[in-house]
Amino acid sequence: MTRITRDEVLHVARLARLELTDDEVAKFQEQLSDILEAVSKVSELDLADVPPTAHPLEIANAWAEDEPRPCLQLDDVFANAPDRDDDHFRTPPA
Amino acid sequence: MIDTLRLTAEEAKRLLEAREISGAELFAAYAERDDDLNAYLHRCDDPGGDGIPLAVKDVIGTKGIPTTAGSRILENYVPVYDATVIANAKQHGLRILGKTNTDEFAMGSSTENSAYGPTHNPWDLSRVPGGSGGGSAAAVSGGLAPWALGSDTGGSIKQPAALCGHVGLRPTYGTVSRFGVVAFASSLDQVGPVAKNVRDCAYLYSIISGRDANDSTTVEVPKVELPNADSLAGLRIGVPKEMNGAEGIEIGVTDAVNRAISLAESLGASVEECSLPRSVDYGVACYYLVAPAEASSNLARYDGVRYGLRVDGDDFREMVMRTRDAGFGDEPKRRIMIGTYALSSGYYDAYYATAQKVRTVIKREHDALFERFDVLVSPTSPTVAFPIGAKVHDPLAMYLNDLLTIPSCMAGLPGLSIPCGLSEGLPVGLQLIGPQFGENTLFRAAHALEQAIDFDPVPERLR
Repeated sequence: MTRITRDEVLHVARLARLELTDDEVAKFQEQLSDILEAVSKVSELDLADVPPTAHPLEIANAWAEDEPRPCLQLDDVFANAPDRDDDHFRTPPA
Repeated sequence: MIDTLRLTAEEAKRLLEAREISGAELFAAYAERDDDLNAYLHRCDDPGGDGIPLAVKDVIGTKGIPTTAGSRILENYVPVYDATVIANAKQHGLRILGKTNTDEFAMGSSTENSAYGPTHNPWDLSRVPGGSGGGSAAAVSGGLAPWALGSDTGGSIKQPAALCGHVGLRPTYGTVSRFGVVAFASSLDQVGPVAKNVRDCAYLYSIISGRDANDSTTVEVPKVELPNADSLAGLRIGVPKEMNGAEGIEIGVTDAVNRAISLAESLGASVEECSLPRSVDYGVACYYLVAPAEASSNLARYDGVRYGLRVDGDDFREMVMRTRDAGFGDEPKRRIMIGTYALSSGYYDAYYATAQKVRTVIKREHDALFERFDVLVSPTSPTVAFPIGAKVHDPLAMYLNDLLTIPSCMAGLPGLSIPCGLSEGLPVGLQLIGPQFGENTLFRAAHALEQAIDFDPVPERLR
């Protein structure tokens, strides 16, 4: 049984930069436990000699010519920015 | 009078070229139709011209047209460039009718996870259209678009096509560019066509596919052949017993699929039972580790800095956490947390690394079958369209709806769903899976079957 604790939910939420309400923590503790229990099924197989697959195509590297190409104008880059300061994105202090 | 419920894109093209209808009339026929399905999140004005109109799933970036991915976090996002598939569509004159509803970030099997309300199934408004591409599916089956673009990570084109009674292709991984498409799980995401019949599906695939310098996972694609033949002579069909006999498949679904398999035999195909034992048993578990792991990484970009929602905080970290809490709905939060957990120190080997090895097992099982068969068939979805609300509080039950679409997605293979009959008055989808780059084989097989099945794609309540 892979039940996760309240502290584990809070730890994962912190890693993922999610601020959860108390109700969310309780709900997700239950749901995530159920999901993790179901996906733990992958550990049943004997996979000793099996290599991992990260990607279904066998592409090693896709090279492009190293040539300058037109890129977005600054006003386009900032068009969706919540807060802009000249040519910077402005955020609260770190 | 243009019958938007029946008009195929091919026929629309013919009418336009023969000047029997104008481009403006054609666009207006769709644009003026009332959207009582909540298929569209945003409808567009006619940009002019005489190309075929197209609906676009709202995870695909469209310059100057809002693109929300069904999420509050992108509510006010307006892309400043077109996705490659949109650029390709425009090059062929296609005109965007609007952006269609989707489960938030394409995470879901019913479109109920959209922040903008559920989409209704055109066959029965109380039922889901499937998901995540329920908006594109409902638009095509409900007469609101001749065809549409969808995206498929674990079944988001095929399953809605099955539940709404039309044709959907999830192309081979690497054949269609994802440049400009909102990323969910990058080793799985594929853009594909949603259409009223197989020929339209093949035609739209020919427009959007091909290598793109802006997506390094794309490859050269074999020339697309529009299917013509009615015969299946020489086609070797495999029927994986685990996919056709899986627990939870409704009897009416099995009956319709078995009738289609018999028809295939009568059209000259050879049919033989085969086995994908571990792909079906372990596919869902593997998927719900790999996809959330990739999602947790892809969705890290929504931080309130460069675009999207921002909720202010006293410092940077607080702003980011508040933004993400307010902007993401429950399903993205669940998947981000599952993925973060599976990738985190101490759990990586047990979860993510193990799932990647299971993925190899799934791929090998499929590769072995395609040495003996040209096409594998099964139901697309274990059930017909289910009632809105039926599974929304049980994420795990919702995940199991993807049981039959997931394995071939993990293997990177193309899959096509065509309607093969009704059960309880609702459409049943037949899934055809092909080998890598086997789209032309799928189109040929599906077209011949489509002619023989002769399914009426117009929902009974709209006839």
